[in-house]
Amino acid sequence: MSNAAKPRLTTSAMIASIAEEGQPTRAAPFGHALVELAARRPDIVGMTADLAKYTDLHIFAQACPERFFQMGMAEQLLMGAAGGMAKEGFTPFVTTYAVFATRRAYDFIHQVIAEESLNVKIAAALPGLTTGYGPSHQAAEDLAMMRAIPGMTVIDPCDALEIEQMVPAVADLPGPVYMRLLRGKVPLVLDKYDYQFVPGKAQLLEDGREVLIISSGLMTMRALETAERLRRDNIGAAVLHVPTIKPLDEETIIAQASKPGRLVVTAENHSAVGGLGEAVAALLMRRGVRAQMATVGLPDEFLLAGALPTLHDRYGISTSAMVDTIKARL
Amino acid sequence: MPSPAEIEKVAAAAWRIRRYALRMGEVQGQGYIGQALGYADVLATAFCHTMQLRPLEPEWEGRDRFLLSHGHYAIALYAALLEAGVIPEEELESYGADGSRLPMSGMATYTPGMEISGGSLGQGLSIAVGMALGLRHKNSPALVINSMSDGELDEGSTWEAAMSAAHHGLGNLINIVDINRQQADGNSQQILGYEPLQDKWASFGWYVQRVDGNDTAAVIDAFDKAKNHVGKQPRVILCDTLMGKGVPFLEERDKNHFIRVEADEWQKALAVLDAQQPTGGAQ
Repeated sequence: MSNAAKPRLTTSAMIASIAEEGQPTRAAPFGHALVELAARRPDIVGMTADLAKYTDLHIFAQACPERFFQMGMAEQLLMGAAGGMAKEGFTPFVTTYAVFATRRAYDFIHQVIAEESLNVKIAAALPGLTTGYGPSHQAAEDLAMMRAIPGMTVIDPCDALEIEQMVPAVADLPGPVYMRLLRGKVPLVLDKYDYQFVPGKAQLLEDGREVLIISSGLMTMRALETAERLRRDNIGAAVLHVPTIKPLDEETIIAQASKPGRLVVTAENHSAVGGLGEAVAALLMRRGVRAQMATVGLPDEFLLAGALPTLHDRYGISTSAMVDTIKARL
Repeated sequence: MPSPAEIEKVAAAAWRIRRYALRMGEVQGQGYIGQALGYADVLATAFCHTMQLRPLEPEWEGRDRFLLSHGHYAIALYAALLEAGVIPEEELESYGADGSRLPMSGMATYTPGMEISGGSLGQGLSIAVGMALGLRHKNSPALVINSMSDGELDEGSTWEAAMSAAHHGLGNLINIVDINRQQADGNSQQILGYEPLQDKWASFGWYVQRVDGNDTAAVIDAFDKAKNHVGKQPRVILCDTLMGKGVPFLEERDKNHFIRVEADEWQKALAVLDAQQPTGGAQ
């Protein structure tokens, strides 16, 4: 860049990176992991609705052109055809944006794929609030919709490492899977924790006495930053990463939330309605665990367009907003 | 054209399909009987003339796939599966009962030979596209036959799939549309006009035929032409059918989308049908 010194204006670009300046990243972890998986699994096929380039599936399309199926901008067809492929013994990885996968093709996912428990893996890009394009592209309620479908596995990965591990793991899972997808240059965070993704398992990344942050997806990255900032003020914060939203790792969550005297904070890149926060709250109530609880997540409203850092701050899912929320409750 | 013996064989199968459907309808006192009677000739052709099946091995890999997109036609397909020997005749008595393998709307998870869980309308053709792509990828010669109602032409997904099938050159896909002009709210043309249908499908790149769906010889001929058509075009057979076909007092009902029949009428309907028993109709 010739104008490197000039400060960048904030942007509401559709594909705004969630990686911060100088943060380690990996490019297109989903696409590369799928190519690697396909090399040893002839049943793997890739399908998309005119969004291969924007879901990192173009990497697969280039490597395995005969196993890539472009279905056009037709999400109902995409999900129906993926069901048909699965019925013929293939394991389709289907990509589009989270808003279109969930809102536009819900009945096809419900009836064609889930009711017969078909092996379709839906990789949904731009989950939660990861674009500044406003509600047409912001999938604030995707987890709630997918959680409501019987037998659907729902996964919200944190970083590039987890996406790489998740791809072969979900291919081995029987039945349908909805996985959120971070695309492009994806931050690398979990490599410091000797991390291994296991479907259905939560993992304690940090321990601490005063606060327990239960988080999923990119909010685990923010939770780790939050814990570090709280530590500077001598506040100990544990971080329990919950990549599998359904089925929930109830025993690990109960064990951690039962430790007395801790503020339990859920953190998710999703609406306050029907996501991780409500799932954890309901679990604790059902199991008789009494805890003070705070939730970090998107409000129940149609979100504004704008630059991602601005929006994350406005809606309380930036690291500094999260630190403020927790301090206000301690 | 098909041989007289083949036409006779299929007509006899259609007659038995109508009888099975009426007997199942009698069990529940109601059902989509009009459609079953109207569609029997098409189903008889598919199951007793065209398709490669192994009745005792309904999931045989080499079978031709029959997708019932309009799941509420289940009674008609159960009758065809009975005729084809996939479902035993004594199971007919359980139609629509709790715990039965024959629920009133067709679901793959319940019934052998039922390929998909239809009923949320306008989904079958999309699934058929995926299955046809998958079969081609496996180098399988099996056909995918999707069966849909004319009401499903209202659904946008039907046209997404129609465009896709032609784009992908799915010559192994045959789509059957039952045009009986009746939907839940009444006459199809008053709900959402879909004509001219031949032009629509042709403009989407399909090999199109339109036949009287109750003319057994014409239906057999159309299936033969669809199967033998050379090239990569997907094939559609538009079948104009008469709801309640074969039982005049049901043909004449105004509201025959979902028929309730009085207890004594079932026997009357069966008697009317029995009087029409074709040559070779006895089992």
